[in-house]
Amino acid sequence: MTTANRIIAQHRRQAARRNAVCLALAMAIIALAALMLVMGSVIYPLSDVIRALRGEQVRGAAFAVMTLRLPRMLSGVLAGIAFGISGSAFQSMLRNSLASPDIIGVTGGAGAAAVFCMLILRMSGAGVSAAAVTFGLIVAVIIYMLSGGGSFGGGRLILIGIGIGAMLQAVISYILVRASQYDVPVAMRWLSGSLNGTKLAELPPLAAAVLLLGGAVLFLSPRVRMFALGDDMAAALGVNVKQTRLLLTVAAVGLSAFATSVTGPISFVAFLSGPIAARLTGEGRAAALPSALVGAALVLAADLIGQLAFDTRFPVGAITGILGAPYLVFLLIRQNVKGGAI
Amino acid sequence: MSSWNHGRRCLVFIACAGLLLICAALSLSLGSRQVTLAEIIGGVTKNAGFTMGELVVHQRIPRTVFGLVAGCALAMSGTLMQAVTRNPLADPGILGVNTGAALAIVVGIAFFGIGSLVQYMAFALLGASVTAVFVYAVGSLGYGGATPVKLALAGTATSAALSSLVSLILLPRSTSMDAFRFWQSGGIGGATFGGIASIAPLIVIGAALGICAVGSLNALALGDDAAAGLGVKTARTRLLGAVAGVLLCGATTALAGPIGFIGLVAPHIVRLIAGPDLRYVLPLSAVAGASVLLLADTAGRVIGSPGEIEAGLVSAFVGAPILVFIAVRSKVRAL
Repeated sequence: MTTANRIIAQHRRQAARRNAVCLALAMAIIALAALMLVMGSVIYPLSDVIRALRGEQVRGAAFAVMTLRLPRMLSGVLAGIAFGISGSAFQSMLRNSLASPDIIGVTGGAGAAAVFCMLILRMSGAGVSAAAVTFGLIVAVIIYMLSGGGSFGGGRLILIGIGIGAMLQAVISYILVRASQYDVPVAMRWLSGSLNGTKLAELPPLAAAVLLLGGAVLFLSPRVRMFALGDDMAAALGVNVKQTRLLLTVAAVGLSAFATSVTGPISFVAFLSGPIAARLTGEGRAAALPSALVGAALVLAADLIGQLAFDTRFPVGAITGILGAPYLVFLLIRQNVKGGAI
Repeated sequence: MSSWNHGRRCLVFIACAGLLLICAALSLSLGSRQVTLAEIIGGVTKNAGFTMGELVVHQRIPRTVFGLVAGCALAMSGTLMQAVTRNPLADPGILGVNTGAALAIVVGIAFFGIGSLVQYMAFALLGASVTAVFVYAVGSLGYGGATPVKLALAGTATSAALSSLVSLILLPRSTSMDAFRFWQSGGIGGATFGGIASIAPLIVIGAALGICAVGSLNALALGDDAAAGLGVKTARTRLLGAVAGVLLCGATTALAGPIGFIGLVAPHIVRLIAGPDLRYVLPLSAVAGASVLLLADTAGRVIGSPGEIEAGLVSAFVGAPILVFIAVRSKVRAL
């Protein structure tokens, strides 16, 4: 077998494995989503749930499923996809697993704007989303420009992101400390992310964002794969590095900001999805699609655990935080030992 | 380095001390109630029979004193950590030491029922030192040792990990955790002389250790081999400096809550004016740090009037741009 044949065969195996993983993940998401509709303080049989979804009036089940569990499930799926894509886009672009939007301060911008609008300006719904997205983008642009625009070094971008993130965290803490007692449960979601109390009406903007911006990232992903070779090599292979980077940044920031405006910054989902997907598909850096699916599965599974596994109901972000924290530290150690990308 | 002569440094020191006096006076006089000079003098000197304005000033004294102590301690801690790690970004906030202290205190409140300041202090110190060792160990793994980016990422990542543990412990107990919610935002408003007295010994010990280590730490800046060649015991010097740094920031954090960036900002400002010699940077940073913290606290009271914005939040606003500035200015390769 010639070298070329061997490479092609390996490529095929890789693609087959990726497809299998995506299929398995999709099935896992469907199972988890069904579980989320069935399980809760009252367990309804699947047949009742399906009838309720069709719009029939099933006593009890109709309200619980349509008003409480369906929005919760959908927001989990959408936010998971959004965080997953956004995180993996940043990680591939900056060639650093630790450079996910939650660590370099982009999510902080969206979160700060959302907290400000809800608790100070008493806004709700689409206005909050719009403000969160706008501000998330502004923060991303500021970080991008300070780090030297097109020619930025990853290290500098990360440091600047950490600095700006610290400022935004200060804003969030200030608003939370000033908030009245009633608002604190609402506000707590802005510390770690939660699916509690999401309404169906909040979801269309997020769904549209996932479709449009997620689609954009998928469209760009062949070029993004070139970034793994380094900026210069990618440019030599015909990628317009500056333009791709800008488009990708806008799309990824938009995704995480939309998701943050609905669920709050669910800790570590953006950060975890990419590396987990890469592990599953056996690739060096995860592609956008598997990362999106891993993100959705993570959020759903974590929310189920948070609701059912303990005496106290924990918001989804607390669970993903606990899952993500050790992994983050492990990744950090491994990256440093291997002399990673920084 | 003849340009950094002794006379100039004395001048800088006098200027800084003057600035500190002004900051202290501002801290006493500004707030939701403005007071006159006569009232300040009355409030500081009298022991009883206050007028309204004098009483306000009198109430502000412990907070101002604590601002002085905490600012000095945090700035010295940052200076020492930067010298020990030979890393311009070392700061209790960035290294995640504050979050370590926070987690330890939350664990203490939730599972061990701690309540007194001494217990807070013990837990905060334990959490701070464990986290500091861990972050430095993780950050210095691999090629190139503890570079600024690796250390900052290790600190931020560890901080994120620890704070998710904090919120996990905190969430089911949100009603009984109000005290912590306020402690967490970092401020010097709740200080009492009793509290200051109980952390004072630790701060004095930390400062003394730091001052002892200064000469050897200076040599360390040349690199370990050169320092060893000059007869410095590098391991012992590092340990001494690190212990001093953790004592200083752990004790302050126990009483004030996490106040970030003072330890980062003060030494950087001072080095710009007075050069890199630690024998001057350490005391000057202490003075500068106290000024910055007092200013941050006063600004928080003026902007947030009639309430206040905690000094820890204001200092993040002052300090983070300086972190960004350092990152923008330095060469990518140096990061």
